[in-house]
Amino acid sequence: MSDIAAASTAPAAADAVPVTSEGEILLGVENISLSFGAVQALTDVSVAIPKGKIFSIIGPNGAGKTSLLNCINGVYHPQKGRITFKGQTRSQMKPHEAAAQGIARTFQNVALFRGMTTLDNIMTGRNLKMQSNFLLQALWWGPAKKEEMRHREFVEHIIDFLEIEAIRKTPVGRLPYGLQKRVELGRALAAEPDLLLLDEPMAGMNLEEKEDMCRFVLDTNDEFGTTIALIEHDMGVVMDLSDHVAVLDYGRKIADGPPDMVRSDPAVIDAYLGVSH
Amino acid sequence: MSDVRASLQAHDTFPKLLLRNADQFGHRPAFREKDYGIWQSWTWAEMAAEIRAFACGLAALGVARGDKIAIIGQNRPQLYWSFDAIQCLGGVPVPLYADSVADEMAYVLAHAEVGMAICEDQEQVDKVLSVMDRVPTLEAMVYKDTRGMRHYRQPFLHALDEVQARGREHDRQQPDFFDGEVAKGQGGDVAIIAYTSGTTGNPKGVMLSFDNLATSCRLAIEMEGLTEEEEILAYLPLAWVGDHFFSYGQHHIAGFTVNCPESSDTVMMDLRDIGPTSFIAPPAIFEGFLTQIQIRMEDASRFKRRLYRYFTEVAGRCGPALLDGKPVSIGDRLLYGLGELLIYGPLKNNLGLSRMRIAYTGGAPLGEDVFNFYRSIGINLKQLYGQTESSAYVCIQRNGGVKPDTVGPPAPGVDVRITDEGEVIYKSPGAFVGYFKNDEATRETRDDEGWVHTGDAGIIDDDGHLKVIDRAKDVGRLNDGTLFAPQYIENKLKFFPYVKEAVAHGVDRDYATAFVNIDLEAVSNWAEKRGISYTSYTDLASRSEVYDLVKGCIEQVNTALAQDSALAGSQIRRFLVLHKELDADDGELTRTRKVRRRVIAERYKPMIDALYSEADNVSVETQVTFEDGRTGTMRADLNIAPAETYGAGAQPSVKAA
Repeated sequence: MSDIAAASTAPAAADAVPVTSEGEILLGVENISLSFGAVQALTDVSVAIPKGKIFSIIGPNGAGKTSLLNCINGVYHPQKGRITFKGQTRSQMKPHEAAAQGIARTFQNVALFRGMTTLDNIMTGRNLKMQSNFLLQALWWGPAKKEEMRHREFVEHIIDFLEIEAIRKTPVGRLPYGLQKRVELGRALAAEPDLLLLDEPMAGMNLEEKEDMCRFVLDTNDEFGTTIALIEHDMGVVMDLSDHVAVLDYGRKIADGPPDMVRSDPAVIDAYLGVSH
Repeated sequence: MSDVRASLQAHDTFPKLLLRNADQFGHRPAFREKDYGIWQSWTWAEMAAEIRAFACGLAALGVARGDKIAIIGQNRPQLYWSFDAIQCLGGVPVPLYADSVADEMAYVLAHAEVGMAICEDQEQVDKVLSVMDRVPTLEAMVYKDTRGMRHYRQPFLHALDEVQARGREHDRQQPDFFDGEVAKGQGGDVAIIAYTSGTTGNPKGVMLSFDNLATSCRLAIEMEGLTEEEEILAYLPLAWVGDHFFSYGQHHIAGFTVNCPESSDTVMMDLRDIGPTSFIAPPAIFEGFLTQIQIRMEDASRFKRRLYRYFTEVAGRCGPALLDGKPVSIGDRLLYGLGELLIYGPLKNNLGLSRMRIAYTGGAPLGEDVFNFYRSIGINLKQLYGQTESSAYVCIQRNGGVKPDTVGPPAPGVDVRITDEGEVIYKSPGAFVGYFKNDEATRETRDDEGWVHTGDAGIIDDDGHLKVIDRAKDVGRLNDGTLFAPQYIENKLKFFPYVKEAVAHGVDRDYATAFVNIDLEAVSNWAEKRGISYTSYTDLASRSEVYDLVKGCIEQVNTALAQDSALAGSQIRRFLVLHKELDADDGELTRTRKVRRRVIAERYKPMIDALYSEADNVSVETQVTFEDGRTGTMRADLNIAPAETYGAGAQPSVKAA
């Protein structure tokens, strides 16, 4: 009895070693500035996202949160500053290059293929991992067939993980919003990302859907060790989930630290509650 | 050693039957489960090997003969195997409902003196952990699904895989141990303790022996002609004795395949994948299928709709007769054949009912229309009646002798009687050993002559079929001694879409009367189509057209009651339509929507009195509680209307209102 117990606890103990410092930095953003014409979207923003953590970006509307995510995965190119991902610094990068490097994201508005099934939508997330050429895939022959089976198996693990077996064959356009969001998360996970960017994953959800989504975000982080950067407005969610929070206001970073510290920061309170100056 | 062999040959316990099946049906699938989108299967030989490792692992963890072990979770092959594994060692499995809250679990775990709990996943583990301090006997837990369990490091928590690995090692060291333990089991041993859900008071632990379960399963298999070729879907709670009867008992004896759905949300899709040959479902599921069909037909093109309507009419006319093997004209036979090709076949295929030879329902009354629909399209739907104390085995309808409103004649080997008070009592091979640690309750339930009291009121009709009408304590008599079963009458009324609730009165009165609550949605639809205008629920409920509508429903119920000599006298003679919906917030219904007779008798006393007077209306004032908790009063004048009575029960009508 006792040696089974020892065997079962050993790996758990190894996993649960608390990381006292911030540990390794997966993504570093240094002093980036982004403007569209005269509009200054981001000004001299720096953040460091530690590996294996949940990092939240908060701020009032128009503070530049989505712009920051868009810089990270290469949709926008900041005029100034550097972005370092997995030790590689880059000045310019296209979104598909970001995806190939291991950055996946979900969008503020659901961006799925509405006419396709849940399964097919998640399969599209595997696209970058497919080796065989277009012709073989179209004929579903030889190595392409084996490859698809392998990817399908991976996708089935995601379906199991997100508990969406019942909608596997349902076109996503017919699904309620909360489930569509979950499918979108599934597609992002299918790319086996090192860094997962979630743009308001809980927007417009009811309490139950939010709780489900929180659990999946935590489980993703826990099971796969995925680093997560998320934008969220619900303060309760942010404070519960995050290891680290950065606050933006008018394109500038006004606070950065563990949730408790950020919560009591006077600058943050000002930005959120508004004070007469 | 020869003793061991002789004992194993007796096949009187499920573990021995498991070994027989591994021998006899070694390559046939015993279990399937849809996992990662694919049906995974285990043959009897593979399943026996899994169980052997599991049992030896449990022994290595210290499980000994007589230990009680809880099993908590959904329908997973591994959880069914844990029944075998525990029984192999002479332990007693105690299945718990997966959806019960931790508090309910705590009572059962403590009462059963459970030493170990086998849980499906983290959710169940968490529940048990949260009540552990109230279960002093609990020493260890095993979990099947490792997801989310990485950070649990309690030394008494074991993953199933590790238990099995440990078991294989144990088996290598002591190869004779397993067979020896299995051979020690005897038919008279307690096989499981199943806790009754207990509508009143604490749940009671029903002890069933191997003989109880095996004999009743065997008799039912013989009666239905089940073989190892059957496919069934295990989706009802595994703690429920009905599921245990089919998915465990019959599974072991007949050797057929049990299929576990992917998740509780995918049952309907998995049903279509599997196409089971034998199926059991509560009435709600059959009603749900039918509603689904009707809604889809409403949306279908006009041609399809007409085709559907025409052929369901044909089926209604001759389907049940064909199923029962009664004579049907050649013309109807041909039409029915065409209908099978065009409508019934595709319909059944779509629902996953194509291969179904037997479908059972029970637990609650099923509407006659619904029941007849399934039989008309060729599904052999039958009702059965049983309880945990009888291993679910009391009455089963026979092929060729099915009546929609009975639960059939006593099953083979069962004796059913009605006491003078109208209570159903039985003797059955499945009748339980006793309640665990509750001899007093055992004595109350089983009398000195061995008759088990069900607490249900019933009658045996002229064909010898049992008709269960109500809970015995609710049944009363009219002044002239006629049996009066309010719930039976109310249920009959509630089968009409226009009637939402009904309350029948009649105990110690001269005749039966009823309150009726209309179903706002159905009746307003009906009124709209007829151009009847109304301002509110109360207004609609008081319209004379609505009274006529309700009167029609009541008279149909009266016609049905008239066919039964015992109940003909309890036809409804006067009724009124209530001005407000009965509401749980007002304490008139329980939260599960059961009528609270005492509250209603008090609150609506003037109205009940009016029903038994000669008045043709009554003015009422009732307190209502609004959703936000405020209260107010409602005033209304209600009409009282008479209804026709029929047949033997017909009386000179009460002075018309």
